[in-house]
Amino acid sequence: MSNPLVDMQKPDVIFCIGTNMTECHPVAATGLKKAIARGAKLIVADPRRIGLAEMSHLYLPLRVGSDTALLLGMAHVIAREGLIDEEFIENRTTGFDDFFEHISQWTPEWAESITGVPAKDIETAAMWYGTADKSAIYYTLGITEHICGVENVQSLCNLALMTGNIGREGTGINPMRGQNNIQGAGDSGALPNNYPGFQSVTDPKHQEKFKAAYGKEIDLEKGITKVTALELCGDSIHAMLIDGENTLLSDPDREHCEHALRSLDHLVVVDIFLTETAELADVVLPATAWGETDGVCTNTERRVQRMRAAVPPPGEAKSDWWIICQIAKQLGFEGFDFDAPKPIFNELCHLSPIYAGLDWERIEKSEYQWPVPHKEHPGTPRLHEDTFVNGKGIFSNVHYRDPAETISAEFPVWLTTGRRLQSYHTRTQTGRAQGIDYLLPEESLEVNPADLQKWELTDGEWCKMSSARGSINIKVKATNRSPRGTVFASFSFADVPVNLLTGSGYDPITHTAELKVCPVKLEPL
Amino acid sequence: MAQKMQIDDVEVTFSEGETVLEVAQRHQKEIPTLCYDPRLEPFGGCRLCIVELEGARNPVASCTTKATAGMVIRTATDTIEAYRKTLLEMVIGENREVDVHPLRGYASGELTNLRDKYAINEPKITGAKSGTSKADDNPFILRDYDLCISCYRCVRVCAEQEGDHAINVMNRGFRTQITTEFDGLLKDSACTFCGQCIQTCPTGALADKKALRAVDEVADAALNKTRTICPYCGVGCSVDVLTNDEKIVGIHPAMDGPANQGALCVKGQFAYDFVQHPDRLKTPLVRGEDGELHEVTWKDALDKAAEGFRKVHAEHGRYSIYGIASGRAPSEAAYLMQKFIRAGFGTNYIDNCSRA
Repeated sequence: MSNPLVDMQKPDVIFCIGTNMTECHPVAATGLKKAIARGAKLIVADPRRIGLAEMSHLYLPLRVGSDTALLLGMAHVIAREGLIDEEFIENRTTGFDDFFEHISQWTPEWAESITGVPAKDIETAAMWYGTADKSAIYYTLGITEHICGVENVQSLCNLALMTGNIGREGTGINPMRGQNNIQGAGDSGALPNNYPGFQSVTDPKHQEKFKAAYGKEIDLEKGITKVTALELCGDSIHAMLIDGENTLLSDPDREHCEHALRSLDHLVVVDIFLTETAELADVVLPATAWGETDGVCTNTERRVQRMRAAVPPPGEAKSDWWIICQIAKQLGFEGFDFDAPKPIFNELCHLSPIYAGLDWERIEKSEYQWPVPHKEHPGTPRLHEDTFVNGKGIFSNVHYRDPAETISAEFPVWLTTGRRLQSYHTRTQTGRAQGIDYLLPEESLEVNPADLQKWELTDGEWCKMSSARGSINIKVKATNRSPRGTVFASFSFADVPVNLLTGSGYDPITHTAELKVCPVKLEPL
Repeated sequence: MAQKMQIDDVEVTFSEGETVLEVAQRHQKEIPTLCYDPRLEPFGGCRLCIVELEGARNPVASCTTKATAGMVIRTATDTIEAYRKTLLEMVIGENREVDVHPLRGYASGELTNLRDKYAINEPKITGAKSGTSKADDNPFILRDYDLCISCYRCVRVCAEQEGDHAINVMNRGFRTQITTEFDGLLKDSACTFCGQCIQTCPTGALADKKALRAVDEVADAALNKTRTICPYCGVGCSVDVLTNDEKIVGIHPAMDGPANQGALCVKGQFAYDFVQHPDRLKTPLVRGEDGELHEVTWKDALDKAAEGFRKVHAEHGRYSIYGIASGRAPSEAAYLMQKFIRAGFGTNYIDNCSRA
């Protein structure tokens, strides 16, 4: 997030797109609700009539995968109506003239033809966003889990740059991260293109730095993403170490994924449960869980916080860091002689410019949001206040692209997937918490009531849902949350493995799977 | 700009917009409250926070009175303390039980503490009791309205803090009853089971049903709190884990948590017991000749794990080995995962689970 969570109470106009925040980030959503109570206007763009849509002042029910078109249409209106921030554009950005010309062709009427959202509503959204003093954008995986995830994010940046809604209180471009330390995992360098602190691996200067630190020459080329690695399993990838991820259930195209992991010569899984993924491993190593582990995590607003152990682990379970160190030492690797998490975190801080001002003691009270470049620095709650990291904000002349697969005579229904309030990811945790079943005992397919007859479905009965990759059986639930022609299910339940069906394509740059769009057909059972 | 007023004969400064209660609390004055939650709009219902304001005919509620320049306030005169004691006696006389278990909720001991502070051993005022408990089969929120004192904190936290408006008030006066729409079950209301009503209730009338499962095991003094961060989404809410004898028995939201300021959701509040679930892996497992996973010692498991990587490396080279770090383990794990691949094999064949 460019802005801190406390800023969520401060915008005049809030634009939420591709985020089911009241279910997936409920506590963050309380900030938005306070802003609305104070008089802020809420625009929600989402294919589904989710809780946020119900509380919005303007709801834009776009067709799944058409976000870029909607955002181009909005940019067109903002430019046409002269709602641009000329001073900001002049001082802080580059490429606006080309962009101005580029968007002249993408009228709201054109956007309506792609998205299904009435042109006048697109105009209203653009007017609200463009005229308010403080407009803020919030988004989640509904923006990124598309083959055009990068274009979607660039389109949002275009809106913020052309109106100067970045680098100030109550504005910004704010992606909400989905796991408690997914931000920290990236910060720590668990990425094929970046060392810790987002230092590019292709920069010889960084290579030198880590060669000196690790005593090993590291490739000057980017590694491959997890998606590519899974594709190469059995071909060129023969061994994997997976820490705490139920890849099999969380990733798209389950059959492909299972085949990939089975074709490895050697799979080591570190986890707290014998997950579906761990069941395929050659070696399963029991890790300590949350509540048993001392360590550091970073939240969605880049706040670096301490996790603390409250109880001892069961049996012989050990901390992840200990386990990785032992394997490394067995292999004769240098630099793994750690006996506690503190020196590990301090080493990370030492090597990472965004953490340079931090250490184990300084994060005791959760006070710092990175970047914290030196010990006297107070942290950075708000990014881009005076300058952008790379100099000027760049406008991107994006084009709309259809999803990897579009509905056809054979697969005439759009399936979109996501999460629910009461369950988390693949339910390895919430599925084992007493009482959660009372609220959400099973998965169901949300279908618009008016579509039931057409597809010969019955509310509460089972149906067979198939995509180009496979079929599953799922119970039908009639609800107006789903629009006509689009259905929704979460991927949480192992007995309704929705990710057997997904996996039509990936964003070519980020390799994020298009989990939000999957043409299917529905048949009664 | 800072302005001046007087509290208990001492000149103090305050900022525009502060209430008398806030100014007094900042200056370490102990003013009793029951309907007050600093996160909520002042309500002025319980009247316990009354103070003497020079020039006013009657005492004023300090929570709803804005500080103004030149005010002269006395927070604990004999008269004020006598009023407070009488008010408390009325509340306690109407209530069925004042001693409640701390597992009921974060603020559940507030009335008990005030009773002890004002030494109200036997209520002088006795008579009919108010509030009727509601049977509700949900596994999380006990609706023990026998203990309700109609402070409306639950109603207000649900509306103001959570924005859900799931609970409200039925009837007035002595027959006041906290309930949901159509007086039904919480699951049929707008309730999201975030547990905020439990944590703000000053009497334990709304209580943590899940935590209370451990009530027989937990002696009051043995309840330990450990500050940590919620294991679920990326918001990073601060929580206090309640433990007793190496067992997690409940969660309190951290009222000073920078990301959540006391708020939690159903997962963070109630979905903690996966940690001590019997399904947890307790021993390393290695796949045997029979194709099944078998329990082994750490030494054997680590030998086998390392041996596999060594063998693949020897046969296929360094580009045949890949690491996937977790988005749920601490940063030390992710850092060492990338170090394992980079310092160990010299490649950048490392990723985390953020692409799905």
